[in-house]
Amino acid sequence: MRVIGSIALSVFRESVRDKVLYNLVLFAVLLIGASYLLGQLTAGQDVKIIKDLGLSATSFFGLFIAVFIGIGLVWKEVERRSIYSLLAKPITRVHFILGKYAGLMLTLLVNLGVMAIALYAVLAVMTLVGPRSLTAALDAPALDPRLLLAIGLIFVELALVTALALFFSTFSSPMLSAAFTFGLYIVGHFNADLKHFEQVVDSRPAAWLARALYYLLPNLGPFDVKALVVHGQPISTGYVLMTLSYGVIYIAFVLLAAMTVFARRDFK
Amino acid sequence: MLAIETEELTKDYAIGFWRPRPRRALDRLTLGVERGEIFGFLGPNGAGKTTTLKLLMQLIYPTSGRASVLGLPIGSLALKARIGYLPEHPYFYDYLTAEELLTYFASLFGLAPAARRARVAQLLDQVGIGAERRLALRKYSKGMLQRVGLAQAILNDPDVVFLDEPMSGLDPFGRRAARALIHDLRKRGCTVFFSSHILSDAEALCDRVAVLAHGRLAAQGRVADLVAFDVKGWELIVADADQALLGRLGPQVSKATEIAYGRYALELPANAAPDRLLAEVTASGAKLVSLNPVRETLEDFFVRHVGAADEAAIDRVDSR
Repeated sequence: MRVIGSIALSVFRESVRDKVLYNLVLFAVLLIGASYLLGQLTAGQDVKIIKDLGLSATSFFGLFIAVFIGIGLVWKEVERRSIYSLLAKPITRVHFILGKYAGLMLTLLVNLGVMAIALYAVLAVMTLVGPRSLTAALDAPALDPRLLLAIGLIFVELALVTALALFFSTFSSPMLSAAFTFGLYIVGHFNADLKHFEQVVDSRPAAWLARALYYLLPNLGPFDVKALVVHGQPISTGYVLMTLSYGVIYIAFVLLAAMTVFARRDFK
Repeated sequence: MLAIETEELTKDYAIGFWRPRPRRALDRLTLGVERGEIFGFLGPNGAGKTTTLKLLMQLIYPTSGRASVLGLPIGSLALKARIGYLPEHPYFYDYLTAEELLTYFASLFGLAPAARRARVAQLLDQVGIGAERRLALRKYSKGMLQRVGLAQAILNDPDVVFLDEPMSGLDPFGRRAARALIHDLRKRGCTVFFSSHILSDAEALCDRVAVLAHGRLAAQGRVADLVAFDVKGWELIVADADQALLGRLGPQVSKATEIAYGRYALELPANAAPDRLLAEVTASGAKLVSLNPVRETLEDFFVRHVGAADEAAIDRVDSR
């Protein structure tokens, strides 16, 4: 655990010193701040717009951070050969993979935290300057604590995406890893159609293949509760626990695959 | 117990995508390194030296054969805690300072924070990194990176240290410091296994060497044994000599070089009779400055054995 922690802190330190990351976070915060102006355009909808835009920006920029740091996590070390001196130290390749993952998770947590603070700050300003009658008519309070639930699920979704990026990084170049990861992200949001493919095509093998792919490919749709939170719709504890469990189990399988591939790799 | 032991260690790489064919990078290497010795691993480019080191570090896996270090299996955590490694052309995290890098690596060995700080400071002093230790590594020259590399290789006071081209990029002061460091390691009982192209360093430092060519062990043994008895010739330096003396000695001398007015360096073949020549020198009124046997150097030995391996490789190709 100590070794994994050391590697994780090293990854976090590298991320903190990365100018690209600063620009991404800054841009996200600016966008969240700008949502205040957009909200002014539509009377009565401003809080919803700010919440929606804020959560979307958090998800969008979080995705970019997860993918662009994740795809280089292993590849960079192997390409630059810094892994030679690192693996000569008393660590295993499993420590290396888990440490890299934990470090990026810490980075994402901090960045999502910054974006969450920015979002709540804008909503707090809205609450202070907006008319009482308007805020009383909202489906959900402006400073809705359930926003944290939505951000929490975004975090687990990004943790899954990061695991995928890390997996591809163990054997593939950054360009291909990015393509595969983004591809799976998109598929993950639209794969509900695969579950009932027999309703679309009249072929049992195709339907079975589609059903198998549905279970194999990541299902990211359930992590998106933005609409429910913004409109004050209920989200059951059971739903949240099921989604989190699915995320954790899928992440575990992907990391296991990454460790398996990485364990037998020759570093030429 | 040997410090390092390999038995029929072999590594093949698959070349080609659609029909991969094996290319043998290391062919049945069997060698042993005694504890506490400095062992030189020599060979031309592409001989398999770095492949061997990477196999011992478990950065790559052998096709067949086995190896052990300090009696422990390669890649075990217990072993890694007792060894150090300097890769060829080391690259470290360029956003870290030298202090931060060594502190990070020290944390992986489980050193306590206070012990880490003290050890890092001592090592950076030892390798000659002063105020630069607080600069990011991206600002370091090649020589400075090499010094940091040496420092990280001995961070844990290892029992065995593997150095791949340790003198690469170092200026004369750095090379002297590196040689002193290697001697110091031996005094502490550390086994040093280093690969190098610089044969003069190997000759000066190593107790034993192995010469690798085309993935095969071409020769190995004690440096003193490999080069001791092969006298190639004699070097006779005389002062106050005149042309008449040179004329009389002429047929017996391979080459005469005037190194100062009246002072000549005479190269004599191995079968010359130096005592008879000395008598002639004295009789002519010239003065003897020095008479030394010219022995085969490690470079001569290396070229001879690698050249033989090259011819054998060519024969193998021709006979296919």
